[in-house]
Amino acid sequence: MTTITSEKDLDALTMTMHATFDAGVPRVWQIWEDPRQLERWWGPPEWPATFVKHTLEPGAMSHYYMTGPDGEKGHGWWRITTVDAPHGLELDDGFADENGDPTGDLGESHMTLTLEAEGEQTRMTLRTIFESADQLEQMLQMGMEEGMKLAMGQIEAILAE
Amino acid sequence: MKPVMYNQMVVQELSDAEIDRIFHALADSTRRDIVTRAIKREQSVTALAQAYAMSFAAVQKHVAVLERAALVTKERRGRQQIVRGNLDTIRRAGELLDQYERLWRDRVGRIADILSEG
Repeated sequence: MTTITSEKDLDALTMTMHATFDAGVPRVWQIWEDPRQLERWWGPPEWPATFVKHTLEPGAMSHYYMTGPDGEKGHGWWRITTVDAPHGLELDDGFADENGDPTGDLGESHMTLTLEAEGEQTRMTLRTIFESADQLEQMLQMGMEEGMKLAMGQIEAILAE
Repeated sequence: MKPVMYNQMVVQELSDAEIDRIFHALADSTRRDIVTRAIKREQSVTALAQAYAMSFAAVQKHVAVLERAALVTKERRGRQQIVRGNLDTIRRAGELLDQYERLWRDRVGRIADILSEG
């Protein structure tokens, strides 16, 4: 059973999320470390993610893109700053051009991941700090398509009753 | 339906420039403190200036940044300038973070699905 709690600090533009998974710490680490597993959950079904480059080493740059319903692509990068496998990871996240190079026009966000064993479960804590509201908005737009389609489906279902 | 309605509301009611002003204004700890005080109770700029170890002019400047972001309103009352928190703007900025939270809740759901495969 997965449980989720989260706290938001609007003033500091910070969101902290805790999730508990029915799996050991090394297994949960894999979903961050293995690009093929990472791309299965990073993007919503309508905006699937593809990680072109991804290694969890301090200083390493990851490059990914998300493909939208009309084939449009949104590129992003991660700069891995701290790695404490399999318990901790810190990275910066921003928008990239087609080559995975930071565009720099929009701000970065900073993520701190912590994985702790709780018996046979793993507690994942993820803290995200934003620098730019523009970046937050763009990220949300890439995720909202899905919500929109689901909602449309629900309306259709209600109308069909 | 709610997430979609929230999203449309945020998009319609706040332009990028407005959102930028809000988050820039809130990026400073003194300004966050001023907003907090002004939400709890309206304050004169003079009273605010007494609360911080900085000049009246510096506090006035912070208030002006908050006013441009529509996080507070300022009203002249006799010789006093009264600062009041604008809850509408603060609430709308919060909706952006709410949407981000939902994005992560969906991601956590997908992670759980992957992990349940063993």
